[in-house]
Parts: sequence; C-alpha cells; structure tokens
Amino acid sequence: MSMLEVKDIYKSYGDVQILKGVSFIMEKEETKVIIGPSGTGKSTLLRCINQLSPPDKGQIWLDGEEITNRKTNINKIREKIGFVFQDFNLFNHLTALRNVSIGLEKVKKIEKDAARKRAMQELTRVGLEAQVSQYPAQLSGGQKQRVGIARALAMDPDVILFDEPTSALDPELIGDVLDVMKSLCGKVAMLIVTHEMGFARNVANEIIFMEGGVIVEQGSPKEMFTNAKMKRTQEFLGRIGALYGEEETGG
Amino acid sequence: MATDFGQFFLHSLPNLMSGLGYTLFLTFISITAGFFLGIVLALGRVYGNKIVNGFCVGYIELIRGTPLLVQLFIIYFGLPSIGIIFSPIQAALLGLSLNSGAYQAEYLRGSIQSVESGQMNAARSLGMNKFQSIQYVILPQALRIAIPAWSNEFIYLLQYSSIAYIIGVAELTAEGKFIAAHTFRYLEVFAIIAIIYLVLTIVSTEIIDRIAKHLSIPGIGAAKRVSLRDI
Ligand SMILES: Nc1ncnc2c1ncn2[C@@H]1O[C@H](COP(=O)(O)OP(=O)(O)OP(=O)(O)O)[C@@H](O)[C@H]1O
Ligand SMILES: [Mg+2]
Repeated sequence: MSMLEVKDIYKSYGDVQILKGVSFIMEKEETKVIIGPSGTGKSTLLRCINQLSPPDKGQIWLDGEEITNRKTNINKIREKIGFVFQDFNLFNHLTALRNVSIGLEKVKKIEKDAARKRAMQELTRVGLEAQVSQYPAQLSGGQKQRVGIARALAMDPDVILFDEPTSALDPELIGDVLDVMKSLCGKVAMLIVTHEMGFARNVANEIIFMEGGVIVEQGSPKEMFTNAKMKRTQEFLGRIGALYGEEETGG
Repeated sequence: MATDFGQFFLHSLPNLMSGLGYTLFLTFISITAGFFLGIVLALGRVYGNKIVNGFCVGYIELIRGTPLLVQLFIIYFGLPSIGIIFSPIQAALLGLSLNSGAYQAEYLRGSIQSVESGQMNAARSLGMNKFQSIQYVILPQALRIAIPAWSNEFIYLLQYSSIAYIIGVAELTAEGKFIAAHTFRYLEVFAIIAIIYLVLTIVSTEIIDRIAKHLSIPGIGAAKRVSLRDI
C-alpha cells in the first residue's frame, strides 16, 4: 500500500462543483508537483487532504489509515501532514523559534527545552539560525516562508503539502525558498502546488496537471515537458513556460 | 477661605477614601468578572453552534437593550420577591459584572474576528484541536487587539459604578451625597469627587496604555486607543 492514497475525491462549494473525482497515490519520500490554471481546485485538493475542507465524497488513506473516516482522530492525522501556506500564516505573536516549537510543545507534548532545541535545529536547517528570536513582522517574505517550512518539518510529518509557497514572494527571494525545498527532496514526501516550472522540471518525481477539477494528465517531468499526450497539457505548459521562463528559477 | 476648604477637605477625607475604596472594589471585580463572561460569550458567538450562538446573542442584546439602572433594580428589588436576596454590594457587583460582560463580549468578538482566518488554519494544520488553537493562537492575538476598547470599558465602568449608590452602596458618589447633605457644601464636595474620578481615569488610561505597549508584538506595535485628540 502506498503512503498516501487519494481516491475519487469530490468537493463542492455551494452549487459549484470544484473537484470532480481526483485520484492519485504518493510513495514515501516522493516529490510530486501539481500544476494547473487558476481556479482549478489545486488549493481545494490540498485542503481536502488535510481535512481543512473535508471532501464531500471519496477516500484518502495515509499509512493505511482512512483519514476521511469520521471516526479517525483528525488532529492526530494532521500531525503527520505538514502544510505550508502561500501567505505563510506564521503565528504573529510568536518568535520564529516559538512558531516552530509550539506544535512540538502543545501537540506532541514535548518538554519545552527539548522542543526549542529541536526548533533551533530546524531553523538552522533552513538557514535562519540568526533570526530565531525575531517576530514574523520583522522577517522578509522569504524568511517567513522558511520559518513556515521549519514549522512543518519539526513535526516529523510523513508528507508536507505546499500551496504555492513562493507565489507571494518578491522574485529575488524565491530562490532561497526553492533551495530549501530542494534540500528536502528524498527526505520527506512533498506535494507541491506551484507555477515554478523550472523547479518542477528539475525536482519533481512526477508532475500532475489539473484542470477543471480533474487530473488531466500525470507523468515524469520528462514525459510531461517533451511528450505530453493531451493537447491541454501541451498548451498549458507552453503558455506557462513563456510566462514564467521555465529555465531560470530553481534550475 | 483656602484654609477653610483645606480643613473641610481633611475632615471629609475618611469618608471619601472609604467611598473610593468601594468604587475601586466595584470596578475591579466587575471588570474582571465581566471579562471572563465576555470571553465565554464572544467565543460562543464566534465558534458556537446555532443554539450557543443564539443564546449568547440573546443575552448580549438583552443587556445592551436595557438600562443598567433597570437591571440593578431587578436584581436588588425584584429578585427578593422570588426569594433571591442580595446585599447592596452583592447586587451591584452582580449587576455591573453581568452588564460589563455583554459589552466586553462585543469588543472581544470584534477582535477575535479580526485575527486572520489563516491563523486558525495554520494552528489546525499542526494538529491542534479547536480549543488549543483558540487558547494558543487566536486569543493571545485577539486580546492584544482588544486592549484599547477594553481601556474604554474600564473607564465607563469606573464611572457607571456610581449608579450603585442608588441601591445603597456607600461608594464615592454616595459618600459625597452623605457629606454634602450634612454640610450643605454641594459644590465643593462634588467638585472634589469629579476631580477624583478624573484623576482615576487619567491614571488608569495611562497604566493600560503602558500595558498595551509592553504587550505589543515587535514589528507590529501596540493597538492604539482612539482618543478625542486623534480625531
Ligand atoms: N471556501 C470557499 N468557498 C467558496 N468557494 C471557494 C472556496 N474556496 C475556493 N473556492 C472556489 O473554488 C474554486 C477553486 O479554488 P482553488 O483555490 O482550489 O483553486 P486553485 O486551483 O488553487 O487556484 P489558484 O491557482 O488561483 O490558487 C475557485 O473558483 C474558488 O473561488
Ligand atoms: Mg490556490
């Protein structure tokens, strides 16, 4: 059984059906990138996976446990699913260190000193050992997002979901964040929604192209970029390549 | 004249101090009790289900829609007819706390709702349950935001506590009335009392402002009280 299995997920907001039967699987330590036009339901899919917006229909298994089952303790499951947000969502009233340690202290019930030591390690890992006592409002966007990644990492998750982690950043800050993400490849499973095609091409084990609430096509970066079967995939990659300059970022 | 006033003031001092003591006692207890009641009501309004929310709205509207004096009369004069009897000070504490709770609930609700929804999402994504998310992430931010409104509520309560005199609590205004009735020096007595309230207001505002500064989040700054000077 795969680490993460997403099976036939449907989700509507009001009368509007956003996800129309999405299925895929992820293995341990795999890096998967989801691409697709705006409004397609990429964020909705991530939010379905960690149950911030529970799906209307379909099942999701993590480590063989059905997390869409109402009887599952969702808080326990969320410890194993990291989430990195487009607009960071760092806890404004806490230092970088406490942002990372609070989950360990309050959720994992790790003793304070040990939790902070671990938080320190994670912040060092993302290159922020000098910023540990700074508050979010005192950090640059790139630094904030790296704290966000450290916060997710500290929980030792099975998989981290990234929702456009670099979309809110100034271009010159994107590289630092992508470098950190690249350094995690093969160490923890990552499911990444992004428009950074260079990154997707170089780092992903597999790329999923979503449109209109369904997966249109998925495959290795090589297949997708040079040999996409569906016309829609080719069109989208062509358009977005022109828009974002596929070779320059994260390459 | 000046020495006469000085003597009169000294003579009145014990009564005034005793009244001041009651006023401060009423204010501190009611603001604190009202604060906890306000938090419960505000959380009920923001996070409660329909029934809880409806109950909280009903309570808040009932309190805000009726005069404080009427509420005090119901507690002090009305409840005894169904066998519930309070001393004047108990009735005043209860009335002021229940009243302040409703107002504080509305300030707190506003500040809870002004914490971005992403904060809750991030807390839940870490595996915190709803209660932990509120305790460790939402309230610490919401309470800081609420400080300026809360400062105003403190001042109102300090002054509205004088209404307790009507049900026989010997607070500051009541003592003033007592002294004036015996000396007929109404102007001087109530001028002194007005000055005492003014000084209390200025001092407590300053203290709360300092607390707000002390608690402010680095990089964001303290939430500011809107004073008439800023308008
Ligand atoms: N909470 C919500 N309530 C109602 N509609 C929503 C909600 N969240 C998302 N939607 C709608 O669902 C659709 C899909 O949104 P989603 O955010 O999943 O798209 P996306 O693929 O992530 O797009 P983008 O690239 O712009 O982030 C959009 O039309 C959006 O307006
Ligand atoms: Mg999105």
